[in-house]
Amino acid sequence: MTVATWLLRRLVASVAIIVAVITFVFILVHLAPGKPCLGQDEIVDPAVCARVSTQLGLDRPIAEQYRRYLVALAHGDFGYSYSLRRPVRDALIETIPFTLQLAGAALLLDFLLGLSLGIYQARRANRLPDIILGNLTLFVYSLPTFWLALLLLLLFGEKLAWFPVGGPSDPIFCPVVDSFYCIADRLWHLSLPATTLGLVGAAGTARFQRAAMLAVASQDYIRTARAKGVPERRVVLRHQLRNALLSSITRFGLALPFLLTGAVLIETIFAWPGMGRLAFEAILTRDYLLVTATALIASTLVVTGSLVADLLVGVADPRLRVRAAREPDIVTA
Amino acid sequence: MTLGTWLALALAVVLAAECVRALRQRGLRQERWRRFFRHRTTSWGLGILVFLALVAVAAPLIAPFDPNRQLDIVYLKNHPPSWTFLLGTDVLSRDVWSRAVYGARVSLGIGALGALMAVSLGTLVGAIAGYYQRWVDAVLMRGVDVGLALPRIFILLMAVALWDGLPFAALVIAIGLTSWFGTSRLVRAEVMSLREQDFVVAARALGAQTGRIIFRHVLPNAAAPIIVSAALGVGNVLLLEASLSFLGIGIKPPDPTWGNMIADNAPSIYTAPWSTVVPGLAISLVVMSLNAVADGVQDALDPREREPA
Repeated sequence: MTVATWLLRRLVASVAIIVAVITFVFILVHLAPGKPCLGQDEIVDPAVCARVSTQLGLDRPIAEQYRRYLVALAHGDFGYSYSLRRPVRDALIETIPFTLQLAGAALLLDFLLGLSLGIYQARRANRLPDIILGNLTLFVYSLPTFWLALLLLLLFGEKLAWFPVGGPSDPIFCPVVDSFYCIADRLWHLSLPATTLGLVGAAGTARFQRAAMLAVASQDYIRTARAKGVPERRVVLRHQLRNALLSSITRFGLALPFLLTGAVLIETIFAWPGMGRLAFEAILTRDYLLVTATALIASTLVVTGSLVADLLVGVADPRLRVRAAREPDIVTA
Repeated sequence: MTLGTWLALALAVVLAAECVRALRQRGLRQERWRRFFRHRTTSWGLGILVFLALVAVAAPLIAPFDPNRQLDIVYLKNHPPSWTFLLGTDVLSRDVWSRAVYGARVSLGIGALGALMAVSLGTLVGAIAGYYQRWVDAVLMRGVDVGLALPRIFILLMAVALWDGLPFAALVIAIGLTSWFGTSRLVRAEVMSLREQDFVVAARALGAQTGRIIFRHVLPNAAAPIIVSAALGVGNVLLLEASLSFLGIGIKPPDPTWGNMIADNAPSIYTAPWSTVVPGLAISLVVMSLNAVADGVQDALDPREREPA
């Protein structure tokens, strides 16, 4: 079994997971109480109900409905949103880039800040800076994201007025991002929501990275490196950090569910027109095709994230490539 | 605040402190308890948790007002903290301190019950998968893969949309059913390595039944990761409930939870920050304490991963 086959198997497994998620969502929707043409029998003529059911294909056997659902999804057809009065797909195409911008910026902050803090703390383990930062990251890690968002909004949006309080861009000068000024404007609008989301993640990453660095620090090869006179800086960067980074790469894949969950709240608070806010507004209008579609997209993003993380670990860790060749069922996460 | 509520509050603080002190005293004799209390944050975390649990249980004694009563919507709206209203009043002139105290019941209750359910389920599935291996393991773990791929909040949003609001019990069950996947992976890995150990082989050789082997021999040795994930789980469920309540789809108002207190008062955060800051601080205090206690448990029960002092 070669590495290529291992990767292929992971890819097939990911597709299978997505299909299973679709099936689960389909079952959940069918288990829910109520019918598309419901309740108010006195008002709606049964003949109309029957016609609507036929029109929507709801009178067909469930297996047939499932098949049609899969075929439609495969064609990128998520149905028609009655609250937005437009195809769900159009709404998704419009909102997903915003969520990706937010999640991407937050992820960048999460790992840049988190890794640096973790490495710094591990270098000064159990000394004053480490203890202070350790308590600080514990505190930030425990904050509810939406509450932190409100406080940052109050401080930097209202009191100090350094950052805009909401929206993706200046509606007058930059309705679409088409100039350098508008890119800067977008980043300026992005800074507060992304910081909120990234800070909480960074605190978690820092704690994780510190533990990973310390776990590696007691390994024999670190002692060997020191004993043969490798400069301290090189020991830390080449020997310790490289090995400690492996577990953080796995964490990278696991960060996506956290970011997407946070996105629902953060986007709602900062009026960021992304998928999370779309999902939330869909709940309020009980537009379940829209909710279902966002759940499916979010799951797909999560699966893709963990696949990418697996690939990265495979690239970074030669031991895993050897093990993958021997034990095909290995999971890294 | 009346004299009675002050007394009850003081009593809760003293009881919590005394409880931690007694545990420390007793623990000094045992190596694993000493390790548990090695970090000062663990003692603080434990004390805070005991205190908040006492407050939740004795809510009627400690809260001076009915948490849902609107005292005076005209004159006592967004009243700043004072001796009568220890933490001020909210936008509907309800006493924030009383609501926070009663909110502890709901929030901690959901956190504890949801996490209990999630951890039991995760442990059971993980133990079965890890012990039986082969196709049982394959089927269960593929299921867990799917569960991990579903972002919880979207599934819960979907459930809420489809079932049109969930009562308390259903919310706990929904949270419990969607939160066990991580635990089951942890437990499975632990059980897989434990089942090959000599004492398990010996038990099997003596003819012990599978259920007995799993529950008496294997799982007690996997206690550390299970307890740690339970402690972290309570915090996660608490945060999740707060997020759902904040979005207005958790516990129905007017019953207070820390999440919907933040949601109710977020619009007036600029003029009356106390009514939003207090429940938020309460949530982070609990989650922080749980994290600290989880660290302590890790240290106490799993000396293998002890970091160099």
